[in-house]
Amino acid sequence: MTVETAVSRPLSIAEVRRSIESGSSKASELAAAAYEQIHARDPQIHAYLSLNPERALEQARRIDDLAAKGGPLPPLAGVPVGIKDVLTIEGLPATAGSKILEGYTAPYTATSVRKLEEAGAIILGKINCDEFAMGSSNENSAYGPVHNPHALDRVPGGSSGGSAAAVAAGMAVATLGTDTGGSIRQPASFCGVVGVLPTYGRVSRYGLIAFASSLDRVGPFASNVRDAAITLGVIAGHDPMDATSSPRPVPDYTADLDKGVAGLKLGVPAEYFAEGLDAEVRAAVEKTIEQLRASGAEIKPISLPHTRYAIPTYYVIATAEASANLARFDGVRYGFRAKDANTLSAMYRRSRDLGFGPEVKRRIMLGTYALSAGYYDAYYKKAQQVRRLLTDDFLKAFAEVDAILTPTAPTPAFKLGEKTDDPVSMYLADIYTVTASLAGICGVSVPCGKSGEGLPIGLQILGKHFHEAMTLRVAQAVESLQGEQ
Amino acid sequence: MSVSLEDVRHVAELANLELTADEEGRMLRDLNAILEHVAQMNELDTSSVEPMAQVSQVIGEGQTETVLRSDETRPSLDRARVMATAPDTDGTFFKVPKVIER
Repeated sequence: MTVETAVSRPLSIAEVRRSIESGSSKASELAAAAYEQIHARDPQIHAYLSLNPERALEQARRIDDLAAKGGPLPPLAGVPVGIKDVLTIEGLPATAGSKILEGYTAPYTATSVRKLEEAGAIILGKINCDEFAMGSSNENSAYGPVHNPHALDRVPGGSSGGSAAAVAAGMAVATLGTDTGGSIRQPASFCGVVGVLPTYGRVSRYGLIAFASSLDRVGPFASNVRDAAITLGVIAGHDPMDATSSPRPVPDYTADLDKGVAGLKLGVPAEYFAEGLDAEVRAAVEKTIEQLRASGAEIKPISLPHTRYAIPTYYVIATAEASANLARFDGVRYGFRAKDANTLSAMYRRSRDLGFGPEVKRRIMLGTYALSAGYYDAYYKKAQQVRRLLTDDFLKAFAEVDAILTPTAPTPAFKLGEKTDDPVSMYLADIYTVTASLAGICGVSVPCGKSGEGLPIGLQILGKHFHEAMTLRVAQAVESLQGEQ
Repeated sequence: MSVSLEDVRHVAELANLELTADEEGRMLRDLNAILEHVAQMNELDTSSVEPMAQVSQVIGEGQTETVLRSDETRPSLDRARVMATAPDTDGTFFKVPKVIER
């Protein structure tokens, strides 16, 4: 049986730049071509929730004018990008994949998006995701699931599944996603693209519709490591509008990319290769680790002993924070309001019941329970204590190694509908990604092979806080090895 | 610790959710399944572990200098643009149904 696919490599950022600089293509032609690709592919994939061609073509014409005058062109001049629909753009819809925000138009622009625009990127549209970024398969979108370009009967991962699928199908050169427990890395792995989890505080969250504020991060997807590094460099940095953003200077993330892995110490944690790891994923990851060893890296076995407690810890902390963050959706200031409620309290309840989908309600309920009188110490405080133990595991490991190598996800992309009836089995899809989320460290998922059925497999590279350049350097080495096969 | 139907109704009340009878049954099943998994945390003795609320506590971010801005009035979002997205408004205020004590 052949599975339908819709994979297509987009241009690289360097190719976009060369074609605009040489005059062989205009930014407006590249934007028009990106929309043609979306019209051809997206009926099967459903990555985009809304398109804004007039706005995009106006941005592209400004780049064309600049190029006609001989530049200089900003770093992402004419690069077509898509934005996960949990980030706001003034005057455009922001649904967060939820019915409760259907018809809402954002009155201001997220800092990460503003930085992309200032760098010359062309915003094509807003991208599908799990409702309020809660999910591991994109099946929780109120607007219908996204299909994996590598096999249309499979999920793209989640919650930023649309952002990963758009790049994999050539419908954007780069996209923005968000990662709270694995929502950039896991879909990057499932869709065979590069996804970056920046350190907590590295990229502003101003304009991000909050899910779990001590965990939420904004990061890029791209078809190759260099483009992901360039895009990260554009969106990173301090923002006075986000008190959690770091004032540390942003390095050039491309500077060390080609330095290779010779002499680096790379840790391999036994806990990430235990029961539940798919045999083909294990084989692809272990083969890549051997190739890195052959390239001169010192591979060190390490232990992250509290790993098995990460999913329970994550689902208490993330849901507790979500229950507070989502209290603002009450039908008063924005979004959906139930029509038939005669009192304020009935209006709150009915608007929320009709506006939120099942997974969002499940998480609000779990989080509210964990924070309620009598249960706070047993769940929320306990989870915060285990969070410290998990973080200490990483800090100890990074005293000995430069980066850590693991599978990104325990399996390749699963089939649509396969896990929708069992929340715990869905949550376990994030088993290798939630740890870095809790610890606040950075990471990358980079393709490292394919299953027998042709499904992509991702390698996760984790780095110390603010050591994005190191993880990207290792990722670049892995990407180069793929080219040699 | 397992959750009862009464707990589900109480928590829904706290969370301002109005669950249908179908939703209540499913919620009961799902919450118990998730909490059973979450209970693994109890295998760990954490009596001497300081809770970690924020990553910044671990990396020392924002502790050397204040992250608070100076207390000055700044322009905020334009009222007309904000009200344009409200479900019901008179242009100055958000309008809601009458407030009656439950």
